[in-house]
Amino acid sequence: MAVTNNKLVIKLMGSTLLMFGFGFALVPLYDVFCRVTGINGKVDLTPGTYLSSSDTDREIKIQFIAVNNEAMPWKFKPKEYSMKVKLGQTYSTAYIASNSTPNYMVAQAVPSVSPSEAAAYLQKVDCFCFNRQPLDAGERKEMGLAFNILPDMPAHIKTITLSYTLFDITQASSKVLASTE
Amino acid sequence: MTMKLLNSAKNILSFSQLKLVMLLLFAIPSAHADWQLNMREGVTEISRTIYSLHMTIFWICVVIAAVVFGIMLYSVIYHRKSRGAKVQNFHENVYVEIAWTVIPMVILIGMAAPATGTLKKMYDQSDSEIHIQVTGYQWKWRYQYLEQDVDFFSSLATPLAQINNQEPKTENYLLEVDNPLVLPIGKKVRFLITSNDVIHSWWVPDFAVKKDAIPGFINESWAIPAEIGIYRGQCAELCGKDHGFMPIVVEVKSQVDYEAWLAGQKLAQIEKAKSAEKRWTLDELMVTGKEVYTKSCAACHQASGEGIPGVFPALKGSSIVQGDPAAHISIVLSGKSGTAMQAFRDQLSAVELAAVITYERNAWGDALGDIISPSQIAKMKQ
Amino acid sequence: MTTGTEQVVEAEIETAEAGKNESFDGAIADTDKNESTTEHHHGPAKGISRWFFTTNHKDIGSMYLWFSLTMFMVGGCMALMIRTELFQPGLQFIQPDFFNQMTTMHGLIMVFGAVMPAFVGLANWMIPMMVGAPDMALPRLNNWSFWILPFAFSIMLMTLFMEGGGPNFGWTFYAPLSTTFAPPSVTYFIFAVHMMGISSIMGAINVIVTILNMRAPGMNMMKLPLFVWTWLITAFLLILVMPVLAGVVTMMLMDIHFGTSFFSAAGGGDPVLFQHIFWFFGHPEVYIMILPAFGIVSEIIPTFARKKLFGYSSMVYATSSIAFLSFIVWAHHMFTVGLPLAGELFFMFATMLIAVPTGVKVFNWVATMFRGSMTFETPMLFALAFVVLFSIGGFSGLMLAIAPADFQYHDTYFVVAHFHYVLVPGSIFSIMAATYYWLPKWTGNYYNEKMGKIHFWLSFIGINITFFPMHFVGLAGMPRRVPDYALQFADFNAVATVGAFLFGFSQLLFIYNVVCCIRKKNQASKQVWEGAHGLEWTLPSPAPYHSFTKPPKVD
Repeated sequence: MAVTNNKLVIKLMGSTLLMFGFGFALVPLYDVFCRVTGINGKVDLTPGTYLSSSDTDREIKIQFIAVNNEAMPWKFKPKEYSMKVKLGQTYSTAYIASNSTPNYMVAQAVPSVSPSEAAAYLQKVDCFCFNRQPLDAGERKEMGLAFNILPDMPAHIKTITLSYTLFDITQASSKVLASTE
Repeated sequence: MTMKLLNSAKNILSFSQLKLVMLLLFAIPSAHADWQLNMREGVTEISRTIYSLHMTIFWICVVIAAVVFGIMLYSVIYHRKSRGAKVQNFHENVYVEIAWTVIPMVILIGMAAPATGTLKKMYDQSDSEIHIQVTGYQWKWRYQYLEQDVDFFSSLATPLAQINNQEPKTENYLLEVDNPLVLPIGKKVRFLITSNDVIHSWWVPDFAVKKDAIPGFINESWAIPAEIGIYRGQCAELCGKDHGFMPIVVEVKSQVDYEAWLAGQKLAQIEKAKSAEKRWTLDELMVTGKEVYTKSCAACHQASGEGIPGVFPALKGSSIVQGDPAAHISIVLSGKSGTAMQAFRDQLSAVELAAVITYERNAWGDALGDIISPSQIAKMKQ
Repeated sequence: MTTGTEQVVEAEIETAEAGKNESFDGAIADTDKNESTTEHHHGPAKGISRWFFTTNHKDIGSMYLWFSLTMFMVGGCMALMIRTELFQPGLQFIQPDFFNQMTTMHGLIMVFGAVMPAFVGLANWMIPMMVGAPDMALPRLNNWSFWILPFAFSIMLMTLFMEGGGPNFGWTFYAPLSTTFAPPSVTYFIFAVHMMGISSIMGAINVIVTILNMRAPGMNMMKLPLFVWTWLITAFLLILVMPVLAGVVTMMLMDIHFGTSFFSAAGGGDPVLFQHIFWFFGHPEVYIMILPAFGIVSEIIPTFARKKLFGYSSMVYATSSIAFLSFIVWAHHMFTVGLPLAGELFFMFATMLIAVPTGVKVFNWVATMFRGSMTFETPMLFALAFVVLFSIGGFSGLMLAIAPADFQYHDTYFVVAHFHYVLVPGSIFSIMAATYYWLPKWTGNYYNEKMGKIHFWLSFIGINITFFPMHFVGLAGMPRRVPDYALQFADFNAVATVGAFLFGFSQLLFIYNVVCCIRKKNQASKQVWEGAHGLEWTLPSPAPYHSFTKPPKVD
């Protein structure tokens, strides 16, 4: 009896540990899932390929918005509020950020696309959100963005909104810098 | 079968009687008696569709409940030992069991079909004419009309005295704001919803629009308001201390009135910039400052400036308020990361900022006598 | 009880005893075992050390039950504080931040402190007796899993007195309100959740091993009483989801203290991910709190209808399918977070599907009553109320499953009404029914039937007055977790508060009845209830310290 008990107990404890691991495995799984289905408008942060021509004349509107998270004091604005774009062609625009504080700061911009369904079709060829953005006190910077929209985007999507939320990561990045560089 | 029907009828009867009795029993005299029992039908096509979906499902549930509880009640009455009921030992019947698995399935499919249709309609955001960015803040809303340059904050207008029971409560208690969102009638409006800090949820029951505002992410929803009027809602996701105090008010106007309002907004922004140029006296600033303080600061730092120990720091006697004005201005404009202290740069006008800082430096008996001028702040804001 | 029934009862006892003697004959072959068990065959140790060091399933079961009752009272006091503040519009008694702490703690304490330990306590008491075992399979583990709890909850309650106050982010503790914006005490909260999780997992392991390895000869799986079956499935749910909860709070801890960003968009995380992981735990958790209740009701209704349970095997299959479905419906708590259309539809359909096995259960209970010979002692009254009121909670659940309508219901008092209908007259009523049902077996004495009935009716009326009006204010647009509300919600809120006090105070009657039952002698027979079947009723009342020292034979 005792032997069979032990076996069962070990198996059950093993599954407990497995499930604990599974909880953590959900994190990358969710990322993959999001990328595939476009939940949450989470955008692929790897640079997309440059597209210059396509067979379609379909035109859509893309809107740009800027959000400052919490106490992020920078001024942060899109250069253009909206653009008409043809699918399959690469466009570039920019966001303007200025650090009006008397301190050096580092920011991270986090993109999000709505409707979330469109996220999978919006490719960033180059984006300031790929990197941390440091600005000295009083510095102003035009942060570039080049993107295209894949031609196979579902026809019912006619307006896309691309938002960037600017987070203050000065403290976090100084910690990382201290440990890695 | 007739017996069954009779019983279910009885059941319904007793249910409505019960409700009546409950209503009579608890009709506590109140100046604001309002026994609204049901969902609001609302003023958009979607909200009306949802309402009828809700009612359909409700009645299906009522019928199922009547049948099941009816049979149960019948057994309770007739199959009791005190009536000499004899046990009939059956404990399995494949046909009955299959029937009560399959029939609910069919009913469920009947419910799912219209629900799916409605959901598909709700997700079709194409052809929107007006785009409004809605940002949740602890504990207010910000509305930005994209491509219009109209941008304002909307916070609770109910005076603290009413909340603290020092004044009688008025009709729209807790459901009134200083700057309502204004929309034209009959246009498809797309709401782009996000948050500045924690998760909020933007809910207007009459539009059947409820979407979570998530920091770093953008959500969307839309509505075509079909009637002129004022519609009130509330934040629907626990977002901290004043979650219950960040209402949403939407005013739907005719196209003409809406355009007039838009023009007025743009004009007001120019006015605001002008008033910052003017020379302000200490007394003027103190009056405005007190108003701004009550609206934007008192929720945390308290009207007395004493804060809440361990949660929100006191301003009265604080080294920042007592010290160098530059540090004081900086924290009000830029906030403090990792705390509830927000950046008020965009939330308040230059005059309001100057006034509130002046007020904080001179209220509570530790008057420093210094004036922060609106023009000085206006320069920093640019 | 009339003399007539007493005679019947006595007659039945005689047959039962005769049956038991036979079964002992069958077990005598196992001589080795008999000797070793007789050696241990002694009563409880004396004094306080009995409770600290006990490995006895009955002692531990009792401690679990008393602990749960204490927590029920503590959580209940918090509920009454909430209801007092909500009696009228305006802020009268408590401030918003403390109000949030109360809603959070009320939820956490009721879920993890009252309902779950009560079920574990019942499992400890009843499972060995029902499967014909002497004790739980892992007695020392059992001691540990109980004694962790008081410490976990002390830590949790302590946070209320810390600087910045206790957890104030709701029992669902959504990030970033519970991470970046949390009071400093959140670390203690996380530690307490870890401890509770460990306790639950150890309890679940014990239950599974006992059921799978300790059954009396002849007790095959499809002969297990339904309470044992539902607990077996619950225990598997616990093992599968409690580690996920531990995982999610660990991630919170890392986000708060070690600079990771699982749930912060700034570092590539996602606050919605928190909700997915939480509800992956949270939805099965809901069934953890209701499946054992199904088991209890499936024991009680046949006893008092004096008729075998209708559709035993379909009950087992229904329970298993509910457990399975509970893993694929979690996002129905998140219809408004901005899921894509396909996600909404999938979770809507899966959720609606749960209505089928749940319906089967309700139909089975009704069919068990049908053409039975019913009497209405207190446990039966609670079980009947369970069937009706749980079904009402089920109906509102079905309404909430309809995704488009959920955009109007979500995070309103309609949801509060819904889950209180499944948890209070659901889980709590089943626990009370179980207590009244098995109390004579535990203590050897009958409780006061009249007082029990009064307790039932007061509770029944109380909870309906409390929670039914919440449907109305919810539909009318009152959000949940608000310390103050608009004037049109005032009347129903006042009604709900009155009901809450009625329900709360009538529980004192329950405590009094239980204490009297332990103290005063009103000798219960072995059979206790005329229509009761099952191994636990073959043991004398009170049940001996070691349940079945010789395995009974089941045929």
